[in-house]
Amino acid sequence: MATLKPGEISMGTTIMAVEFNGGVVVGADSRTTSGPYIVNRVTDKLTKVHDNIYCCRSGSAADTQAIADIVKYYLDLYCSQHGEAPTVKIAATLFQEICYQNRSQLLAGIIIGGWDKQEGGSVYNIPLGGSLHREPFSIGGSGSGYIYGYCDKVFRPDMSKEECIEFVKNSVSLAMTRDGSSGGVVRLAVITKDGVERSFISGDQLPEQYLG
Amino acid sequence: MQLQTEQLQSAAGFKFDNVKRNQLLADKGLKLSTAKKTGTTIVGLVFKDGVVLGADTRATSGPIVADKNCEKIHYLAPNMYCCGAGTAADTEFTTNMVSSQIALHSLDTGREARVVTAMTMLKQHLFRHQGYIGASLILGGYDVTGPHLFSIHPHGSTDKLPYLTDGSGSLAAMSMFESRWRPSMSREEAIELVKDAIEAGIFNDMGSGSNVDVCVITQGNVEYLRGYSRPNQRVEKEQSYTFARGTTEYYVPRAAPQPAEVASAMDTSA
Repeated sequence: MATLKPGEISMGTTIMAVEFNGGVVVGADSRTTSGPYIVNRVTDKLTKVHDNIYCCRSGSAADTQAIADIVKYYLDLYCSQHGEAPTVKIAATLFQEICYQNRSQLLAGIIIGGWDKQEGGSVYNIPLGGSLHREPFSIGGSGSGYIYGYCDKVFRPDMSKEECIEFVKNSVSLAMTRDGSSGGVVRLAVITKDGVERSFISGDQLPEQYLG
Repeated sequence: MQLQTEQLQSAAGFKFDNVKRNQLLADKGLKLSTAKKTGTTIVGLVFKDGVVLGADTRATSGPIVADKNCEKIHYLAPNMYCCGAGTAADTEFTTNMVSSQIALHSLDTGREARVVTAMTMLKQHLFRHQGYIGASLILGGYDVTGPHLFSIHPHGSTDKLPYLTDGSGSLAAMSMFESRWRPSMSREEAIELVKDAIEAGIFNDMGSGSNVDVCVITQGNVEYLRGYSRPNQRVEKEQSYTFARGTTEYYVPRAAPQPAEVASAMDTSA
């Protein structure tokens, strides 16, 4: 399996996506590092690949940007040829194809979240080996290890949009305080049939928690 | 039988014998030579009406200063310039190649190229070579969509930010930006901050030195200020070290007088 090459820019990250009735909430921290140095403290790891489909990127910044660019191109082509927007499943399968075929060369953990007519909101996870899993909610990146317990405890199926936003906000900020490779601001995107609402919570507005 | 197979294998195609040999030598402790990298300070900053790029002018080869006044802000297009750090040859060839592609693209489309186009060309080229092209770039420009500033890392990842630093002096330069940058600065303020950021690199980083180059890109205009600041000029000596004529004695060889040649000197005309 691929590892980070010397000097490669890494997104030791916390990323997350949650389904709710009618859409999804995706969230991420904003830290990009090169060794001990923070290259970008306001990174946008939530990348649009189509009107109502976003991906959350973790792993190598170069690899995940290249994959997202390729998927974006194919989804654009799909839209032109079929005259309709691709489903989230199609986007996720495209991601999986690239991640699996090139798994020996890539360091990319991607979560796909979006809304389509067939399924409504849906979340797919593609971890390092290139497998594909549909999940009601998904967490990823180096910071996710610190919040599995919290997420399993707090998550309930059929949460409202507002509850999902709170869930993502709290989970990501908890991971950011414990994981040195995650930090900065929390970026959020709420994707529904009406479009995408982007927002962010700056570092001094994060939910209160025990800080030692 | 073994011999035959070896002969067959080496008849055509690639040979990877040297890969094994090099690995063996490396395992035995042989240090393979590495490409020359320039210690550098390069920065970029977005201000009210455009972008300012800055760079120091020192090129190093190991501990030696190879060039005291080199150019690190490369031309990409009439509306785009690119600062380079890392392997000097790689930044030079990568920017030159993309510059020619951009020129052809503009001719083909009949439009001025966009900064994102150059950024995509650079990142795809660097990603294709998987980090082996050691070019760390800061790309700045002004197009129909306004001012843009990108950083591109050797593996092909990009960032879009209002202020950026790179090279070995990037930490010193970033400390200036983090303490003094504000949104929509004036042209004069922006140039002054870029100059101070590069000077922070020149004075505090051993890999950076000499002068400050600045490039200001605004709508339909570029100002390349070569040697905008020269904080390392050689100053006048306090004393004069020219000595008076004749201070040092020296030997002037003189030819010994020769005896007159009687026969040849005789006047035979009369």
